[in-house]
Amino acid sequence: MAATLRDVTTYDLKLAAPLAAGFVLFFVTPLVILLALSFQTDPQGGHYGLTQYVNFLGDSFSLGVLGSTLWLGVKVTVLTLLLGYPVAWLHQRSPGWARGLIMLLVLLPLLTSVVVRTFAWVVILGRQGIVNATLSWIGLIDTPLKLLYTEGGVVVALAQVQMPLMVLPIITALSRIDPNFADASSVLGAGHWRTFRKVILPLSLPGIVAGCLLTYAAAITAFITQSLIGGGQMLFMPMYIYQQASTLQNWPFAAAISIVFLVSVLVVVSIFNALGRLSRGYANA
Amino acid sequence: MVSASPNGPASPRGQTLLLDGITQRYGTSLAVNEVTLDIRGGELVALLGPSGCGKTTLLRIIAGFLAQTKGHVMVGGKSVDGLPPNRRSVGIVFQNYALFPHMTVAENVAYGLDARGVDRATQRSEAQRMLDLVKLGHLGDRTPRQLSGGQQQRVALARALAVNPSILLLDEPFAALDKNLRLDMQIEVKRIQRLSGITTILVTHDQEEALSMADRVAVLSQGRLEQFSPPTEIYDAPDSLFVNTFVGSANLLGGVLVDSDRSAGRVRLDAGGLIETRAPKGDLQPGSRVTVCLRPEHLSVDPVGDDAETLNGVVEMGLPLGATVVHEIRVGDGTAVKVSEPRIQRTDLLAPGTPVRLAPVAPRLASVFAAA
Ligand SMILES: Nc1ncnc2c1ncn2[C@@H]1O[C@H](COP(=O)(O)OP(=O)(O)OP(=O)(O)O)[C@@H](O)[C@H]1O
Ligand SMILES: [Mg+2]
Repeated sequence: MAATLRDVTTYDLKLAAPLAAGFVLFFVTPLVILLALSFQTDPQGGHYGLTQYVNFLGDSFSLGVLGSTLWLGVKVTVLTLLLGYPVAWLHQRSPGWARGLIMLLVLLPLLTSVVVRTFAWVVILGRQGIVNATLSWIGLIDTPLKLLYTEGGVVVALAQVQMPLMVLPIITALSRIDPNFADASSVLGAGHWRTFRKVILPLSLPGIVAGCLLTYAAAITAFITQSLIGGGQMLFMPMYIYQQASTLQNWPFAAAISIVFLVSVLVVVSIFNALGRLSRGYANA
Repeated sequence: MVSASPNGPASPRGQTLLLDGITQRYGTSLAVNEVTLDIRGGELVALLGPSGCGKTTLLRIIAGFLAQTKGHVMVGGKSVDGLPPNRRSVGIVFQNYALFPHMTVAENVAYGLDARGVDRATQRSEAQRMLDLVKLGHLGDRTPRQLSGGQQQRVALARALAVNPSILLLDEPFAALDKNLRLDMQIEVKRIQRLSGITTILVTHDQEEALSMADRVAVLSQGRLEQFSPPTEIYDAPDSLFVNTFVGSANLLGGVLVDSDRSAGRVRLDAGGLIETRAPKGDLQPGSRVTVCLRPEHLSVDPVGDDAETLNGVVEMGLPLGATVVHEIRVGDGTAVKVSEPRIQRTDLLAPGTPVRLAPVAPRLASVFAAA
């Protein structure tokens, strides 16, 4: 028995070898190079030291970019949750055919390129875009509102682009909840709202946490959407790194801020993970 | 909880429940077909039937989870048809208990009181009182996962009863318990039901459970009500062939009705012999083909005699089953008939091949129905 089990394990490891090799070659190695690069004091090479990190952490502009990027992630995550939860809820409560339709609508964004989706938002939010055209046609505004190249625009576009990442985990969590719970709650005298607040919402927390984690990570690193909707006036970390590396050819500094960004994201992710474990324990207690 | 003798008659304090011509249609199929049940206050009624006969559907209609296609549900003489589940004042114990996993046992029990806006202190003391009633007063701080199946069921019962419902519904509440625990819980539920005097509907496909626990049993088949009677009547005087074969075991023998009146009938069996039966069900003329149902304990195995008018056969096999001995006898027309006798009366097993005569232990035990 033990021998069979060990055989199975070796077999499994061999199967994973190509993936592991790819992982080392294309992920770990570049990361190590990046880390090494970040300690170079000068773009032309030469000495190693903490200069780049000192530069970044001592520079209020750089810290501002980091702060606004992390904050952008929070806003996008909150908006996505507020819009996504009802969709997941609706999916759960619908009859079979409607479920399929809702699922298709949720997945649709994933089937088109991010670039295409983002340009769609440029069209929607532009000065002559759908929103402004509609508002002025109704007569609510005389001059077009500035929607494109605003943070609000970025948040809304990112929320739409990342929506599946929020909705899918919540749908999974909701579908795991025994339908008898809702029946038990209502027969004990609770209305829909109380049943939702006291039973459904707490039991779907693991899905909410997972969805928030995915959305957050995707939102703060969404280079294309951030830059196209945000335009030149707004600077977030991915674009900042790109400028330093590509435009200014300051590779060590770009590497250093990449590492700082990476660490910040890891901190946020581990907070989410801890929350996730807590909520799972809570839901399955 | 007011004291009442656990074995006393149904309490008059419970609400009456009337199911009036309930029909439930799913697409073109009828899950429940014109079921009418008039249930007295404080009565414990078992809904008994095979899988898919509409028991759960009926329960969900009473609870208000499902709006019936036709008919009315009346509690205490008032229609509850328009009321949502949270305003019907019913309590349910689900088959899987459905205890909220993210709440403690005490919070689960207090849930319904909280929903009714009862203040915290009262919630706590009521929950404690209910937990004491189900003998779990010391486990209020645990979560449901930390309880055994039987304990979870007690909590589910306490939670359902805490809001003082008019009707208690139990959907196969003992199905998930092992045999010993099941018996304990059956007694426990019966005790609490008697104490609280609450009108109770017990859904089950276990006939022993239905017969032992219920004041009256409603036997359902394919959405139709077959019989609604006290357990002994269900067993001794089944209204239909279905009830006779579904409840307890029965030997089915073909025959021809010789004559009958209101109290008895006589049937000439295809396998030989003339047998005196209960009055035939329905409008049967002498000479019609009938099916006679004889329970294994209605027969005794005797030595072959000279009398021609007897049911003769040959022993196929004998099994000692604790308190009883069961013989399988192959009779004249090839049917295998089971006979169960107390072992005090029959200490020796009959050897296979022994010719025997089967005789009813008393007249008019067998039921007669029109041949299928
Ligand atoms: N939502 C539904 N849609 C269509 N048909 C249904 C639905 N629910 C139940 N039925 C059908 O109605 C009939 C009765 O179902 P019900 O669940 O009431 O049976 P039951 O007596 O509780 O059976 P069991 O002992 O297996 O629980 C079955 O034939 C079932 O297939
Ligand atoms: Mg059922």
